[in-house]
Amino acid sequence: MSLKYESTVREPLINGTKDFHQVTEDIVRPIEGKPGKLWYLGLYISVALLLFGVFSVTWEVYYGIGVWGVNKTVDWAWAITNFVWWVGIGHAGTLISAILLLFRQGWRTGVNRAAEAMTIFAVMCAGQFPIWHVGRVWDVFFIFPYPNTRGPLWPNFNSPLLWDVFAVSTYFTVSVLFWYAGLLPDMATIRDRAKTKLRKFLYGVAAMGWTGSVKNWQRTEALFIVLAALATPLVLSVHSVVSMDFATSVIPGWHTTIFPPYFVAGAIFSGFAMVQTLLIVTRKILHLEEYITLGHIEAMNKVIMLTGGIVAVAYCSEFFVAWYSGDFGEGGAFWWRVNGPYWWAWWCLITCNVICPQMFWFKKLRRNIAFTFFMSIIINIGMWFERFVIIVLSLYHDWLPSSWSYFSPKWPDIGFYVGTFGLFFTCYFLFAKYFPVIAIHEIKHVLKTSGESYKATMGAIEKESTEEFAEGVAHAAAH
Amino acid sequence: MPVKNFVVGCFTEEPAVFKAVKKVRGSGYKLHDIYSPYPVHGLDEAMGLRQTSLHTAGFFYGLFGVIAALGGMAFITVHSWPLNFDGKPHFPLPSFIPITFEFTVLVSSVGMTLTFCWLNQLMPYVRKHLFHPRQTDDLIVMVIERTGKTTDEELKKWFADMGAIEISAQRAETGWWYGSYAKPAPYETAIGSEQAVTS
Repeated sequence: MSLKYESTVREPLINGTKDFHQVTEDIVRPIEGKPGKLWYLGLYISVALLLFGVFSVTWEVYYGIGVWGVNKTVDWAWAITNFVWWVGIGHAGTLISAILLLFRQGWRTGVNRAAEAMTIFAVMCAGQFPIWHVGRVWDVFFIFPYPNTRGPLWPNFNSPLLWDVFAVSTYFTVSVLFWYAGLLPDMATIRDRAKTKLRKFLYGVAAMGWTGSVKNWQRTEALFIVLAALATPLVLSVHSVVSMDFATSVIPGWHTTIFPPYFVAGAIFSGFAMVQTLLIVTRKILHLEEYITLGHIEAMNKVIMLTGGIVAVAYCSEFFVAWYSGDFGEGGAFWWRVNGPYWWAWWCLITCNVICPQMFWFKKLRRNIAFTFFMSIIINIGMWFERFVIIVLSLYHDWLPSSWSYFSPKWPDIGFYVGTFGLFFTCYFLFAKYFPVIAIHEIKHVLKTSGESYKATMGAIEKESTEEFAEGVAHAAAH
Repeated sequence: MPVKNFVVGCFTEEPAVFKAVKKVRGSGYKLHDIYSPYPVHGLDEAMGLRQTSLHTAGFFYGLFGVIAALGGMAFITVHSWPLNFDGKPHFPLPSFIPITFEFTVLVSSVGMTLTFCWLNQLMPYVRKHLFHPRQTDDLIVMVIERTGKTTDEELKKWFADMGAIEISAQRAETGWWYGSYAKPAPYETAIGSEQAVTS
């Protein structure tokens, strides 16, 4: 049974006076209207960046990995940094849709759709890096275990790199399923109010014959709760496995048991920052301020604070262990992290990820949109540097001082990274125009308990005695 | 699939629907279905529908995933091409756990979603009759089949008593068919559209 009412102490999730039809109107309006000039401009810039990325990658495939800045000592650099960064960003969406669903967090309804879309696009971007990093990309299918005529030659199931293939591809598939299952009812909503033939046809195909019958909904809810239960450990497993790419090696700075929880916390930290970046712009341009409220933004800032705190503790414990273990290599790696030629990268990471987020202890700043937007970008810069520090700064001063080296990106490194931004934003712009960016049916589901105008009438219920209230609930259940 | 006669009542408030469902179950009318723009909790129970077994299916897909992943890796590393890494076992269970877990989740999720689509007859280009265009917007639409034992007028009056805000009699396909939503339904063209929807 749904709640009869929600305490007035809790902030409303939907502001303004709305009925169901108004909710549909507000969310579907951008899809039915003509996009503004800004949308076209943004899309064109994104496509241009994407094309530059395609050019850079083509260049790399033609001439080989040597066109990147990697060398014999620093053999993993930008591509792996960017891979881990994008996968990390891809953690917020399914966390919001799965973990917050299991924890019955009502505020997820306003942000889950866009966050899940962002997750899917981020994982798509992430996937590019390991694929093109293999060098001979035409042989990339060798990673799949299938009976073949090369022996048969199987991949190594003991290797975290192969675990990663399974983790990331499973994560992508499950995220897409979760996202699309939630989209079906909303696609049907758009289909049934469509005026043009083309829109009727396209959204008709996309809605796959959804009617909204009782059985449809019953099965959807069953599917969601089980998918959420499956996706919850999945979210935690993906970045754990990514961290094992490093942690199972014997490189000082990588060989650490705290990596899995540390990476997962960092992933959620950066993922929520990216959700903030996108949603603050989206709510403004699509006029969705009443659905993505200050309360939503504050809730996400609290998650950012928590995970930022975990990450800060992890940084401290790394240094503590480097000293306390008495391990020469480990100590050296951390000494060069702070005092080597890349000292500024380490300070960048500490400033962006540890010092700046402390501002969020002030409620005023947590609820300040401009500040949140600024911070979300700072955090994503910080999280990029975190991965860069872990990867390049653990490699560049290795065991033999004679092989110490330095890494500077070349243009194809930068072009590839910029290209994934192009891919990400091209997808996001298309999503924001052709898909409902807020889950319409989920908003309708919580509207009458958490809508501002409905909450206003709940003071009367709160004044009821316990007996009266219990009787009312029993009465509602009896119907 | 058969084309049948229905009387359709539209409601705006959940309590009215629950009341109508309770009434209709005792009245002998044949309740076809109820459509809503969002999940109305408890309505399935009120209608006497059984709980879905989708979770159970998910469990068995998962079980298949575990067996397939462990069995597959065991076949490969023990039988097909055993490799000796420092005399370590050919079947190192701990390092097979991540892939087993991921594969279990994958098989279970994909299997459940496909089963979900199968049970609900959801597929691109599948089309079903829409009793009211606002059933995915803001109305809860209750549909009663008009059998030989009753008449349109009786059912319409019944809906009016229940507080339905919009009532209509319709002749509609009960199942699904392949077709575009941009075109009229085939049975509508066959019997004439004015006969198909009469209110």
